[in-house]
Amino acid sequence: MLAFIFKRLLQSVVVMLTVALIAFALFRYVGDPINNMVGQDTTLEERAELKERLGLNDPFIIQFYRFVRDASVGEFGLSYQHRRPVKELIAERLPATLELALVSAILALAIGIPMGVYTALKRYGFLSRTFMTISLVGVSLPTFLIGILLILFFGVILRWLPTFGRGDVVEIGWWTSGFLTASGLKSLIMPSITLALFQMTLIMRLVRAEMLEVLRADFIKFARARGLPTRAVHFRHALKNTLVPVITITGLQLGSIIAFAIITESVFQWPGMGLLFIQAIGEVDIPVMAAYLVLIAFFFVVINMVVDILYFVVDPRLRVDKALVNGQ
Amino acid sequence: MTENKYPISLLDFLGQMRDSDLWFSFTRSPVIVTSACVTLLYLIVTIFAPLIAPHDPFDLASIDLLDASLPPFWMDDGEFRFILGTDDQGRDILSTIIYGSRISLFVGFASVIFSLILGVGLGLISGYVGGRLDAFIMRVADVQLSFPAILIALLVDGLARTLLPREHHDEVALYVLVFAIGISGWVQYARTVRGQTLVEKGKEYVQAARVIGIRKWTILLRHILPNVTGPVLVIATIHLAIAIITEATLSFLGVGVPPTTPSLGTLIRIGNDFLFSGEWWITIFPGVALVLLVLAVNLLGDWLRDALNPKLR
Amino acid sequence: MTKLTLLQINNLEIEFPSRKSVLRAVDNVSLSLEKGDILGIVGESGAGKSTVGNALIGLLEPPGQMTKGEIFLDGNRIDNLPDSEKQKIRGKEIGMIFQDPLTSLNPLQTIENQLVETINLHLELGENDARQRAVELLDQVGIPDPDVRVKQYPHQFSGGMRQRVVVALALCAEPNLIIADEPTTALDVSIQAQILDLMRGLCKEKQVGMVIITHDMGVIADITDRVAVMYRGRLVEHGATEKILGNPDHPYTQSLISAVPRPDIKLIRFPQVTYIEDVAEKNTEIDITEHWLGKAREYETAPGPLVELKNISMRFTTKPAFLRKNRIFLDAVNNVSLDIHEGEVFGLVGESGSGKSTVARIICGLYTPVSGAINFAGTELTALKKQSDLDPFRKQMQMIFQDPYSSLNPRMRVLDIVAEPILFHQLAETRREVEIIVKDLLEHVGLGAQSAVRYPHEFSGGQRQRISIARALATRPRFLICDEPTSALDVSIQAQILNLLKDLQEELGLTMLFISHDLPVIRQMCDRVGVMKDGFLCEMKETEVLFENPEHEYTQHLLNLMPRLEGLSLEGLDMQPQPNQN
Repeated sequence: MLAFIFKRLLQSVVVMLTVALIAFALFRYVGDPINNMVGQDTTLEERAELKERLGLNDPFIIQFYRFVRDASVGEFGLSYQHRRPVKELIAERLPATLELALVSAILALAIGIPMGVYTALKRYGFLSRTFMTISLVGVSLPTFLIGILLILFFGVILRWLPTFGRGDVVEIGWWTSGFLTASGLKSLIMPSITLALFQMTLIMRLVRAEMLEVLRADFIKFARARGLPTRAVHFRHALKNTLVPVITITGLQLGSIIAFAIITESVFQWPGMGLLFIQAIGEVDIPVMAAYLVLIAFFFVVINMVVDILYFVVDPRLRVDKALVNGQ
Repeated sequence: MTENKYPISLLDFLGQMRDSDLWFSFTRSPVIVTSACVTLLYLIVTIFAPLIAPHDPFDLASIDLLDASLPPFWMDDGEFRFILGTDDQGRDILSTIIYGSRISLFVGFASVIFSLILGVGLGLISGYVGGRLDAFIMRVADVQLSFPAILIALLVDGLARTLLPREHHDEVALYVLVFAIGISGWVQYARTVRGQTLVEKGKEYVQAARVIGIRKWTILLRHILPNVTGPVLVIATIHLAIAIITEATLSFLGVGVPPTTPSLGTLIRIGNDFLFSGEWWITIFPGVALVLLVLAVNLLGDWLRDALNPKLR
Repeated sequence: MTKLTLLQINNLEIEFPSRKSVLRAVDNVSLSLEKGDILGIVGESGAGKSTVGNALIGLLEPPGQMTKGEIFLDGNRIDNLPDSEKQKIRGKEIGMIFQDPLTSLNPLQTIENQLVETINLHLELGENDARQRAVELLDQVGIPDPDVRVKQYPHQFSGGMRQRVVVALALCAEPNLIIADEPTTALDVSIQAQILDLMRGLCKEKQVGMVIITHDMGVIADITDRVAVMYRGRLVEHGATEKILGNPDHPYTQSLISAVPRPDIKLIRFPQVTYIEDVAEKNTEIDITEHWLGKAREYETAPGPLVELKNISMRFTTKPAFLRKNRIFLDAVNNVSLDIHEGEVFGLVGESGSGKSTVARIICGLYTPVSGAINFAGTELTALKKQSDLDPFRKQMQMIFQDPYSSLNPRMRVLDIVAEPILFHQLAETRREVEIIVKDLLEHVGLGAQSAVRYPHEFSGGQRQRISIARALATRPRFLICDEPTSALDVSIQAQILNLLKDLQEELGLTMLFISHDLPVIRQMCDRVGVMKDGFLCEMKETEVLFENPEHEYTQHLLNLMPRLEGLSLEGLDMQPQPNQN
């Protein structure tokens, strides 16, 4: 078990370094960093001096090392567009994105998994077919359109919910939370539904497909032949076996919530990391882009590792017991 | 060298199709037939756009600001000339939708074809050759898979943007977009094809071909390729829907197609600004057009997957 | 129906409606079984025997449904009960054992959990008592260290052990009737015997009635008291095993039994089974000097043996790793040397994992041995490095594979499949010529020229093997390797294919390497035999000498495991005259 974790950790570090390399290449070699930092009047000598001072003439490896060293503490330099340390920007925006992502993830799982199980067990029922149809529509609606429609309906026409922004937030240390205020919670409703809908339908369809597959397995037939009642067969045997492959893919899906947040944040003007990133792309604000990349990679790598470890814990087949492989 | 082709008559082939289970399940479901018709309709309309669209929204001469912001024809102030209304510049919404669908479909199909060729090719080679090459390709695939496609598309697009000088942006933006969406989607094809290739590689007809003496590449193309393409079709349909949505999303965010060739996503974005002032039709109609298209494609993909799955019969 | 009758089936009919038609899988089958008796239901694929088994336990696969008939258990009717009642009977009154032990157990649960769950369901024992009973059951089915092994997972058991666990699970609630659907088909020969003994022992001891569904006549002869023969859904004959096997009345049973390869008699040919529809036209007699197959056979007779293997070894890496010491190897073939003379049929026999298939694949170039040399007609093949150098030799040796369902490319037409080797080796001038040759070959293997335009999926298993044979003959080879060519086929089809191979071998003077795990088949087909175990060649002798006087311990062991088919009728067999009477 420990060997496994260690191996995975090593792999994760390699991935992180690769991403860091790309981010660094972006940072250093695309466009001219000096150009973006100074005004038009700066003389050539001043530019050269700046270049030297910032260490931009040092060999590649040293610059890369510096980048990694700084990045690991969250230091990414100054944003071209906002002229503030990227670190500060991230600290400001991160809580917004994370809270949104968390709520959406919980929504997607809490509704997606049970619905998936239900539509698999009661395959031909009316309710199942309805769910499946709705899910199909859910997969066909682009996230931003869902957001627009929700805004139109609940914000403009009915005027029940705020149409943009995060509402009032409470500061706890460097974290800002919208959970503790009424307007904060209200503002959270539409964006989280928007973000969750796509994932929810995907998870539902996935769980359904997996469960149907498992229900066809031989051991289910044998369980029935031993007289196990349907409920026990479904929940104690089929469900558990379904969840194993579902875990991996769900993990990846949840990771992508953080990325899809970009869209939702744009539609709802939610002040999170995603909105920051989109603006950065438009303005070619390289430090922010690089920082976002590294941060996202970090999240994904962590999620992947957690998923892998979970997989290992749940499926005994992966814990190969060498002593008994050839045993009787 | 003698050739290996034996043509059967077209009638025989059509006859075989008609008797097949595929056609049966197709004609059975009115929903699927409708979806197929809708998709076909979109294709025809967009290909023949210049002939079908009532107005040319890009012809600056024909646009009149006086026609601006007219509602759809069934409301007050609406005119029959502009069935779905006009936007703030006086452009006919129906026409912009038709031309916009054209772009959306083009980018969608082109990216899928790009992904397909790249993914299937890499999957075949990876599966058949094995060894280090396989391990490398799969590692890359794994890493890429842990990032959502949209992020990758955004990244590639952003990178291209920074690398190219601003003047050339608009010209190549369309192709960059196709490339970006295409690159973000090859993994699914590669993985599936690789899996299938591994299965087929172990089958005895491949061994029989090797015993005869047939060379690797011939085996790959003549024996393995035709037998791994089944699931590819299903993936492609689903991918088409995703590609269309991805393009629309990128355009909506402002980093997709250039404003000179607006797609449905761009239209929705433009119209978004007018939602609050009550001119809902500018954004809703393109939205409906987008959803209908994607829904039709998804339905087809779903049906195809069920119809081609031997286990569900 | 006496008071002792455990199971009574009357006029059972089961149908499977589909889009095009209704398939009657079981037609008017009536059977009975007493407590403590073992009834075998035997038949080939498509006979409907598994369907009967499924219906008995109430687990018919949809859209199958029972349209007529009654099933009585201990005098009570069970087929028309509501599902909830049926579920109570399952496990408690009727236990079922399936074919594949690997997929029958839940991979995520320990054996203990699965046993205790079933025990608690049917018997009112406490938690501890249930666990105790689980360990006892494992002991009864012969699993060593049951208290340790009970807490393990299914993947930690070998195939035979798993099947024992399955037997334990089926018995844990003490049912009166056990249904076993092909219980030993997925197991090795040596394990098969053990499991059958176990099952028979438990049945007799606990006076449990058992229904065994199988296609294997050896199993029937071994443990059943009564047998029912099914063909295409109908009950063809039934009665005491001795009578049915020794003196069958119905022509189908007669032909089925005559097709079973005998371990103790050598036949000239397998009997032509006429009852089965799949029978092909009699192979056309050809004049070998005029026919394509005989033309241009410019090969000179080799001075020594045609095929020589010298100290061949083969090693596979089962677990690749970066560091050498962490890799796990499998020595599939260990220093094997043998000769095959021109015109003879050499047999290679062994259990799965013995390396016999690997040897075949090494000879025809699919694997490269890590050491040793292969000589073909005097030329050392292993010394040739370039593909193009090997081509002329590839032409001379061809192979027929085991699985008829994966040895033909499903996307190619039969014509193209058989034509491929001809085209590759440029053995014909025009397309027209190729077509004529292919159609001719197809006729010669008993398929008919019009099969050329069809696809493999339109043919049955036996017919597909004929296509494979046609493909193998297309290059006019001298040497034919047959890797378990009939193991996947029904007994009656097997007889036909073996006859075909025998005829072709005589007609064309082929040298053959015949690989099988089935000793009786080897005896019928081969002149000399090599026995392999774990990659080693244990013994190599002429067939009759090996069978009468085996020297090596393992050979003796294998011969002991052969099904005892003494009671089987000898009618219709084309026997060779016996030189001595023992």
